[in-house]
Amino acid sequence: MSTTPAANVSGIKPVVKSVTVKASPERAFEAFTAGMGRWWPASHHIGAGAFEAVVIEPRVGGRWYERAADGAECNWGKVLAWEPPKRFVLAWQISADWAYDPDLMTEVEVTFEPHADGKTTVTLAHGRLELFGARAKEMADSVGSDGGWPGILRAFVDFVDA
Amino acid sequence: MTNASRALAALGDATRREIFDRLAEAPSSVGALAAALPVSRPAVSQHLRVLKEAGLVAETPDGARRIYRIDPRGIGAMRDWLDQHWDRALAAFKDFVEETEEPEA
Repeated sequence: MSTTPAANVSGIKPVVKSVTVKASPERAFEAFTAGMGRWWPASHHIGAGAFEAVVIEPRVGGRWYERAADGAECNWGKVLAWEPPKRFVLAWQISADWAYDPDLMTEVEVTFEPHADGKTTVTLAHGRLELFGARAKEMADSVGSDGGWPGILRAFVDFVDA
Repeated sequence: MTNASRALAALGDATRREIFDRLAEAPSSVGALAAALPVSRPAVSQHLRVLKEAGLVAETPDGARRIYRIDPRGIGAMRDWLDQHWDRALAAFKDFVEETEEPEA
């Protein structure tokens, strides 16, 4: 509607990032997916201890999960599109309180664009973030509990202040 | 203060949490909130101002009154967090893929 203010519900922009690497699309795709556990920031995962691996099952419908040293697995999401070495899409099903939520379906799309000089631009778009807003009621309910929204906000504060 | 710590501080008050909780269920006017809570209208207005400054609620005019609702950008802290997370992650990815590059010739 034309009377709707500019700051509307649907106006949550995706987080878009890109990086150009000295590698072919094939190598970049492989390093991004199969090698994810080697570069993923160790402080950003669900499990309590360090993770041993981050696994993306390489097919549509495959699971995306972390595996702890003791073998315990924590789901992160699943594969929505798998088109090596050009593109893949993951469902990021980690909620604002940093827990797996099968009903949450934000999307991470990663594309690999080759250049003539052999480099590849990797572009990542994390979208449908309004779905975090759709969980606002649950987030409100969890406010005040240690595992709730203040938990992730505290983690965020620690993160930006670090 | 960061947006996130502002949000934390705003939700540190029980009445503001109650107001936030009610707005999560349904958008509401100051009058309706005051009628449902054991606090005065001016007090509700003051709490809403704090929540608004923290980015947790937004208001839209509806004739003479204003309707308050949860601001979907209240998840802005989450978005900011993801923004920084992916910055850090992609930098680490670049280091990894370039360190492990195989010689091509």
